[in-house]
Amino acid sequence: MKLYCLSGHPTLPCNVLKFKSTTIMLDCGLDMTSTLNFLPLPLVQSPRLSNLPGWSLKDGNAFLDKELKECSGHVFVDSVPEFCLPETELIDLSTVDVILISNYHCMMALPYITEHTGFSGTVYATEPTVQIGRLLMEELVNFIERVPKAQSASLWKNKDIQRLLPSPLKDAVEVSTWRRCYTMQEVNSALSKIQLVGYSQKIELFGAVQVTPLSSGYALGSSNWIIQSHYEKVSYVSGSSLLTTHPQPMDQASLKNSDVLILTGLTQIPTANPDGMVGEFCSNLALTVRNGGNVLVPCYPSGVIYDLLECLYQYIDSAGLSNIPFYFISPVANSSLEFSQIFAEWLCHNKQTKVYLPEPPFPHAELIQTNKLKHYPSLHGDFSSDFRQPCVVFTGHPSLRFGDVVHFMELWGKSSLNTVIFTEPDFSYLEALAPYQPLAMKCIYCPIDTRLNFIQVSKLLKEVQPLHVVCPEQYTQPPPAQSHRMDLMIDCQPPAMSYRRAEVLALPFKRRYEKIEIMPELADALVPMEIKPGISLATVSAVLHTKDNKHILQPPPRPAQPTGGKKRKRATEDIPDCKVLKPLLSGSIPVEQFVQTLEKNYKVTTIKPKAILRTVNKLVNFCFLED
Amino acid sequence: MPEIRVTPLGAGQDVGRSCILVSIAGKNVMLDCGMHMGFNDDRRFPDFSYITRNGRLTDFLDCVIISHFHLDHCGALPYFSEMVGYDGPIYMTHPTQAICPILLEDYRKIAVDKKGEANFFTSQMIKDCMKKVVAVHLHQTVQVDDELEIKAYYAGHVLGAAMFQIKVGSESVVYTGDYNMTPDRHLGAAWIDRCRPNLLITESTYATTIRDSKRCRERDFLKKVHEAVEHGGKVLIPVFALGRAQELCILLETFWERMNLKAPIYFSTGLTEKANHYYKLFITWTNQKIRKTFVQRNMFEFKHIKAFDRAFADNPGPMVVFATPGMLHAGQSLQIFRKWAGNEKNMGTVGHKILSGQRKLEMEGRQVLEVKMQVEYMSFSAHADAKGIMQLVGQAEPESVLLVHGEAKKMEFLKQKIEQEFRVNCYMPANGETVTLPTSPSIPVGISLGLLKREMAQGLLPDAKKPRLLHGTLIMKDSNFRLVSSEQALKELGLAEHQLRFTCRVHLHDPRKEQETAMRVYSHLKSVLKDHCVQHLPDGSVTVESILIQAAAHSEDPGTKVLLVSWTYQDEELGSYLTSLLKKGLPQAPS
Repeated sequence: MKLYCLSGHPTLPCNVLKFKSTTIMLDCGLDMTSTLNFLPLPLVQSPRLSNLPGWSLKDGNAFLDKELKECSGHVFVDSVPEFCLPETELIDLSTVDVILISNYHCMMALPYITEHTGFSGTVYATEPTVQIGRLLMEELVNFIERVPKAQSASLWKNKDIQRLLPSPLKDAVEVSTWRRCYTMQEVNSALSKIQLVGYSQKIELFGAVQVTPLSSGYALGSSNWIIQSHYEKVSYVSGSSLLTTHPQPMDQASLKNSDVLILTGLTQIPTANPDGMVGEFCSNLALTVRNGGNVLVPCYPSGVIYDLLECLYQYIDSAGLSNIPFYFISPVANSSLEFSQIFAEWLCHNKQTKVYLPEPPFPHAELIQTNKLKHYPSLHGDFSSDFRQPCVVFTGHPSLRFGDVVHFMELWGKSSLNTVIFTEPDFSYLEALAPYQPLAMKCIYCPIDTRLNFIQVSKLLKEVQPLHVVCPEQYTQPPPAQSHRMDLMIDCQPPAMSYRRAEVLALPFKRRYEKIEIMPELADALVPMEIKPGISLATVSAVLHTKDNKHILQPPPRPAQPTGGKKRKRATEDIPDCKVLKPLLSGSIPVEQFVQTLEKNYKVTTIKPKAILRTVNKLVNFCFLED
Repeated sequence: MPEIRVTPLGAGQDVGRSCILVSIAGKNVMLDCGMHMGFNDDRRFPDFSYITRNGRLTDFLDCVIISHFHLDHCGALPYFSEMVGYDGPIYMTHPTQAICPILLEDYRKIAVDKKGEANFFTSQMIKDCMKKVVAVHLHQTVQVDDELEIKAYYAGHVLGAAMFQIKVGSESVVYTGDYNMTPDRHLGAAWIDRCRPNLLITESTYATTIRDSKRCRERDFLKKVHEAVEHGGKVLIPVFALGRAQELCILLETFWERMNLKAPIYFSTGLTEKANHYYKLFITWTNQKIRKTFVQRNMFEFKHIKAFDRAFADNPGPMVVFATPGMLHAGQSLQIFRKWAGNEKNMGTVGHKILSGQRKLEMEGRQVLEVKMQVEYMSFSAHADAKGIMQLVGQAEPESVLLVHGEAKKMEFLKQKIEQEFRVNCYMPANGETVTLPTSPSIPVGISLGLLKREMAQGLLPDAKKPRLLHGTLIMKDSNFRLVSSEQALKELGLAEHQLRFTCRVHLHDPRKEQETAMRVYSHLKSVLKDHCVQHLPDGSVTVESILIQAAAHSEDPGTKVLLVSWTYQDEELGSYLTSLLKKGLPQAPS
């Protein structure tokens, strides 16, 4: 059993597990932090961005000035942004049988894998994961396609040139494999390969392995996976949460008794408490708006935004913000808000109860009805006529490199009245802001990451007791910035096995048993003998049938009845060719009885019971005398 | 002998009061807990005393499963759980769990408030009963206990309707509840995988009908409604709040839009408005088309259909009203009917008496109501027809089939058809009658991978004539069964292995020296046993595989040599063959 690690990003994993002749890809995360090295894509021509000076080497050589631009001491690639794909060379991806998706953030690389590697298997994911994942992909494609960029820089990727560049470009990994965004056509084709599954649904793979998604509590439809055969169990934990937000709570009990537990997707901000961050978010928002400033919230179109809207719903009136317009701008804003209301079965208990009434589970329905929250596909069109300031705008993309957010950064960046509040933890906010420097607007960092922290992990591991833990290397040491915090790492016994990008791990367990079915006719014919109290043995001679990885034992065929005397005679004269295995002999021998039988049948009188008894334990050597 | 036992307490050769007891591998499951529309006495609920007369039901039932929210499938549930007493789990899907208590409350109100029944279940009992419900997802495997698992499949029919697979070990039963094999305007078609249950319990409402195409019925309905409205008449459509009502609303809504009609359509208030809400929130349970387009247009947000107010009934001019309840026996639909029955322009689609052609009805207070309005009966209920049932049997591939929820005569016909076409047994027990099916489950054991791999490596080429035998020892300890190689079994249990050896003397007439005799034996065996390993050892003995042959001089007769043949029990066949071969003597030595 082996684990091929294709991604170096601990929260956007992509691993391949080889288990009992099946090849299973666990998640398909796309590392988008690569886009931070690129210049933002403005919706409307931005004089500031287009007038940035080109970058030249220390010796004044400016041959890269078309590709690289400098802004406040940072160098950016002036090109269509590119993403860092999972490793495609480590293992032949056309041999992958199935892909298991744990949540909508962890499927963003799917089109690259399913469309360009010869993959011909099935993808399994829950319905909310697929629907919201589709929205995320749609938004991404839309953001990038609607501002076509003529320039595609590639010179800087040359290994000899990359060495000469300043950090972080110099240290960027695998730049030659970075790829542009996929198209909608590829997205549709990739999503068509997905088969929908429900929590606790048992899915048989080739009769050899059974996979089951479990609720992970992190997002709508998010799941952990159990991959098991009859005697071995691997748990794949990815993006789980124990906090009560909107999704169904995490199913921990089903993770028990795992031989191996693969642990990915822990919180990226282990020192921040999500509840505190939400409070800070609200108060900063209110403060800015009261002072006549605008608030910009760069966000994904689904997920934490539902919780933020719910908090604001409770907060608006008490904070005197009832007249402040809230705008949600995304090509998929409407779909996201609508979809959130129809997944009753995937929600936490409180929200389910509301649906039973029947009422919409999320209060943003009411915010929309009362016109407090308005949503637009883009800032063009209706939005420009409705737009009032001061206001609060939720829009993407959190990397600040594309999407409507770029426009608002340019528009509001110059005034210190305005505030940008970062809630998504996926991108370093300082790096995200770099191409907008110098900035006058306030920047607040309230990362809300509800995924497991290290205290919760150690509790979870104590609870479910896996034999072995496997995790990304980042989790086996404290974060580089807080190297003294020994509590910010996984602590378990035996120590967790760690992996890094492009590594292959041999997982430490040995398979010893396999399930086999004994047909009832054969079972009837078995003669069990009690050897020790409570333990019985029966010798089995049967025909083994193996089909679709299922093994069945059937009774041996009856020997053909001899038809005539002549034939029978010849049968005994044949040289016995097949060696019929005899049962092994063991146990105590009833010597007295045996001797009596011999005496009776063979009229032997010379056997001494004691003499036989002496030899019985070592070797029984019986002589059958010819008379 | 293990067996599966099935006893319908209701819906056995009957429609209504669905309630079927299943015993499988020692587990007892109750499928549905319905009431009967046709009775007002004890017979309206299943006779639970059949399960036990004095014990607690909880001790006798492992779980209860409700297939969908129709009252003939869940109407007796509060009576069963709160008045008779059952505290175990009750499984149903999320939409069923949401809607079921509302219909029960409605049912209770009509029974207690309108008919004045005493000793009926209370609102509180409905609430307490619903607390025992565990909601299940489609395709989720629910572990009721360590051995019993259930799994829900999509059934169409109404929002949240499900078929259930009940499984213990390798034995399983599938219960369909009510289902529909053709997708309609708002629901998808029932689907099940090839799960090969021991028994499929299927409804058989339309056991003999192959229904005309749905499209024809719909066209017919629209034409009649349209005509009535065109002539300025009022149309009353009595419906049950949930289920078909939504289907007809979508039908009329799209028709109105296409034909640009202006006559108002009303939906009687209360339940039905609420009902549409459920459809909006549980849109993932509707058909693909509605799910795909719901962001742009939610099919359950009707433009032309508005809430009805009592006063509207007297408005002049044409209108269409959907009113509850569907059988016109009480409530709003009856009130409107009374108002409109006198006018031949009006149209209604209604209840028993009127359907049977009766035109004068005696109402409360001895008033006689003359029905002049046109009456049409149209069935849009979403059950599988004979073709659909056969299709489902084909999909699931059961070992046998059991029919419920239909009329005996029609069942008889379908039973024959199923037995002919699928060559499986088909049963149709009446209420209280038990069907027993013997099963022969195979026994799962763990085989040591070493043994299995060894066998599989040797048996790569299956030979039909000479099947290879696998030899092993089954260790049974408590309920843990393991099949291992015999050597491993002995080692594990600390048992010493005995060797059984046979030794045989064969007298051979040969005056030559022992060494020469041995040599002769060697060359003889070598020529006969071409496929075996025959060796002549330096000490003068001859071996065939592991069988040892030594030649010795006879103590008395120098012309006779004694051959000592010795073999182990494992080589018994070859050993006895050799002795009989040697007894025949050696061929003449070449001179």
